[in-house]
Amino acid sequence: MSVFMTLVVLLIIAATAFVLCRQRALAMVAGDARKLHSLPGFHGWHGVVMALVPSILMLAVWLIAQPMVVERQVFAHMPTEMTADASAAQLVMADVRRLAQGLETAVETGRLGAEQATSPTLDPVTLRGVLAEVGVALGSEVTAPILNGAQEYRSLQSNFALWRTIVILAVAALGVAWAVRLTQPDFWARNRVEKVVLGLLILASTIAILTTFGIVYSMLTETIHFFQQYPIADFFFGLTWSPNFKGGSELGVLPLIWGTLYISLVAMVVAVPIGLFAAIYLSEYATPKVRAWVKPLIEVIAGIPTVVFGLFALVTVGPLLRDWFAEPMGLGNSGSSVMTAGIVIGIMNIPFISSLSDDIINAVPQAMRDGSLGLGATKSETVRQVVLPAALPGIVGAVLMAASRAIGETMIVTLGAGAAAKLSLNPFEAMTTMTVKIVGQLTGDTDFASPETLVAFALGMTLFVITLCLNVLALIIVRRYREQYE
Amino acid sequence: MTDATANQMPASGPAARSKHGSILVQAPSMRARNRAEARFKAYGLAAIVLALTMLAIMLTTILSDGLSAFRQASLTFPVTLDAATLDKSGNRDVAEMSKATTVTYGKVMAQSFVAHLVAQGISTEGVSEKELAAMLSKDAPAALRNDVLANPDLLGQTIEVTVLANGRIDGYLKGRVTMESAQKDSNISPEQLVLSDALRKAGILTSGFNWGFLKNPDASDQRPEAAGLGVAMIGSAYMMVLVLIITLPIGVAASVYLEEFAPKNKWTDLIEVNISNLAAVPSIVFGILGLAVFINFAGFPQSSSLVGAFVLSLMTLPTIIIATRASLKAVPPSIRDAALGVGASKMQTVAHHVLPLAAPGILTGTILGLARALGETAPLLLIGMVAFVDNYPSAPAEGVLDPATALPVQIYTWVQRSDPAFVERSNGAIIVLLLFLMVMNVTAILLRRRFERRW
Repeated sequence: MSVFMTLVVLLIIAATAFVLCRQRALAMVAGDARKLHSLPGFHGWHGVVMALVPSILMLAVWLIAQPMVVERQVFAHMPTEMTADASAAQLVMADVRRLAQGLETAVETGRLGAEQATSPTLDPVTLRGVLAEVGVALGSEVTAPILNGAQEYRSLQSNFALWRTIVILAVAALGVAWAVRLTQPDFWARNRVEKVVLGLLILASTIAILTTFGIVYSMLTETIHFFQQYPIADFFFGLTWSPNFKGGSELGVLPLIWGTLYISLVAMVVAVPIGLFAAIYLSEYATPKVRAWVKPLIEVIAGIPTVVFGLFALVTVGPLLRDWFAEPMGLGNSGSSVMTAGIVIGIMNIPFISSLSDDIINAVPQAMRDGSLGLGATKSETVRQVVLPAALPGIVGAVLMAASRAIGETMIVTLGAGAAAKLSLNPFEAMTTMTVKIVGQLTGDTDFASPETLVAFALGMTLFVITLCLNVLALIIVRRYREQYE
Repeated sequence: MTDATANQMPASGPAARSKHGSILVQAPSMRARNRAEARFKAYGLAAIVLALTMLAIMLTTILSDGLSAFRQASLTFPVTLDAATLDKSGNRDVAEMSKATTVTYGKVMAQSFVAHLVAQGISTEGVSEKELAAMLSKDAPAALRNDVLANPDLLGQTIEVTVLANGRIDGYLKGRVTMESAQKDSNISPEQLVLSDALRKAGILTSGFNWGFLKNPDASDQRPEAAGLGVAMIGSAYMMVLVLIITLPIGVAASVYLEEFAPKNKWTDLIEVNISNLAAVPSIVFGILGLAVFINFAGFPQSSSLVGAFVLSLMTLPTIIIATRASLKAVPPSIRDAALGVGASKMQTVAHHVLPLAAPGILTGTILGLARALGETAPLLLIGMVAFVDNYPSAPAEGVLDPATALPVQIYTWVQRSDPAFVERSNGAIIVLLLFLMVMNVTAILLRRRFERRW
């Protein structure tokens, strides 16, 4: 039975458990629920918990353990020289798996008899033809040990699947039986159910930590792999980026960091003044009616997907800048450039800065404005000399967050900035960023043993650390100064 | 208050004042200050106008470039399905008939097309037979072949077919291809365009609503006219449903714990800092995580909507948790106190009173989170959704493991292709995507308006 079907059966068992336990609780007090410690529904839920929690835990453990056990079993019957090296063993296992999958499909579609598929005399050459017919292309030559391994893999898999179903369903049934036995009028069903629910809530809240851990762990291991193959100093201080999948690549990150920072700088030069002035106008000058219309309109920009901005950069902004600025000024003839990407990222960041600053400016107490106006300052003087200084920490925090967004932005730079890693000051030249190179190195056919692929993880790690630092800094600044006026 | 209004009046300038015969004359320094005031206000206004202009330019270019993707030129003419060429053995066996490739069907179709033109008396001067055949989409023979294989009885008959016109002819009807551009283009000649004008007059070449754009799967570089959003929309739909199933329970559970039960200690502090950091991590980092954990480690199939949904869920969770916590916080403590006071347990209080009251806010936050996930591209590129997929994923449950693509990724892949017809298609796809986003956002706003309570 497949895992999905097992889960469906488990749900049916759980529903039965609910009814059983609830009925039993009610029957024991002759239908008078007041004599129960917990409401009858809680007795029912207790049955559900007892049916599902142990069996699903068991299923999870089984699903994690099964591939390891199967792999060990398959390797046990293979010549040791094939499985001695860890990466070779992985390749062998991948072959075995694909072959087993092919056998499965062949049997399902009826091109291969069930006995034929398991017989030890199956000829690798005819098998190849049969599998090609069902659409399974085999990369390497099928050798006898691999074929035997695949056959063993198949039989082990089906054996294990059978046992898994039996064991899991047995565990669930036992749980139900126990729950029914526990159901007594003075049984504290509610407390137990609530404890389990609280456990689930806690589990859900740790997902955030697990995600962070997963990000750091997955990137760190691959980054360490990378630095075992490529010197760490050359990565961080190298001035050339020229990956070559044939080997001999130079993977210096500095041109990428330069491109990233340059584009982000342009973006901030566009976004900060526009966003900040928009926020000031909306919170200090605009009538409520204007505000009610303009604020949502500006926030529409925030709801537009980045790939749309990317297309805008590529098709509209890029050619415009090239024809009107770059070519007349003799600064280059490339549509994709630092300016293109920077300006478009800036536009994308306007609503981010304006709505954050708007909140912060609104949080400045009215008494401070009134005091300043009462002393005879004009509105703009009040804004510049009282409101902005009071709101400054918050605004700096917002700007830092926007900067981290600009640094981590991917689609706009992929489409608008170009792919050439260069260290240049000319803003109308195509440059590239870390995110573009992560996409470039990780899409398509990738070989996770070569430094050219692994470098993407090192880039990701660098990016993660930079944005994390900016975010934490922003958070600290905002937190420290937010309470000042509350 | 009087201070503030008195201060606003000089902003209208000395000119206005003198009209009323005031004897007050502004000092030069005051005039300078008022000018600075006006300038400052103008900067603010300019910033807003600039931002909204950018938005307007963007939307108009998308609309003007993309709306034409919803119309498509097609050609209607009779095709004589010659049994001798299409089924050489003559026994109508589908397996043997499938030996006749699309090339053969292309020839049959081209012959019928030319014959029809001759019969209609349309001059094909200056257009070779090869160029005539090229006016039909490269996709047309394949479509005809599928029809015949599905219904072998068609052989030997003459049937009326409606096939897609080549992308360049389509572009000519939409004004993208002109006589001048055709001169430089090796794929189309001005004579072909003259001919297509004649075909239009004869009613052979017509233009109608492009259902294929919404239904078809992606098509290769050479046939932009056949490319559609079908697979991308199914992939996006699968992912959105999965993201909803994954994030809503986990997000609500996590927020309920953090907001209602968690003690104030280092551990919950760590969780909170983590959540606010994750909300700001660049989306591509989640793509790397998905590639490393779900594909390389756990062995889920590449480019499947399931992996895409996992990645998008992890990315949206922080947003949903933050929104949910805000709406839980907005439920006044008196409600909780009342429930606890009549003997409800803490869990009952939350389940029976707090959550139902916070539900509209939670729902709004979830919809906005989903909208963000729907538009996300970068992490999906890394988990292989950028691959060319021209088979529809199968029905749900198993279909989530089939290779699929997503709307934003489809936009990205089309943008990357050289044929300008694909730019039109990607703009059209953006219109579809923005429509979905608009529906989601409007739903969220309406929900908020309808159910939001002020306590």
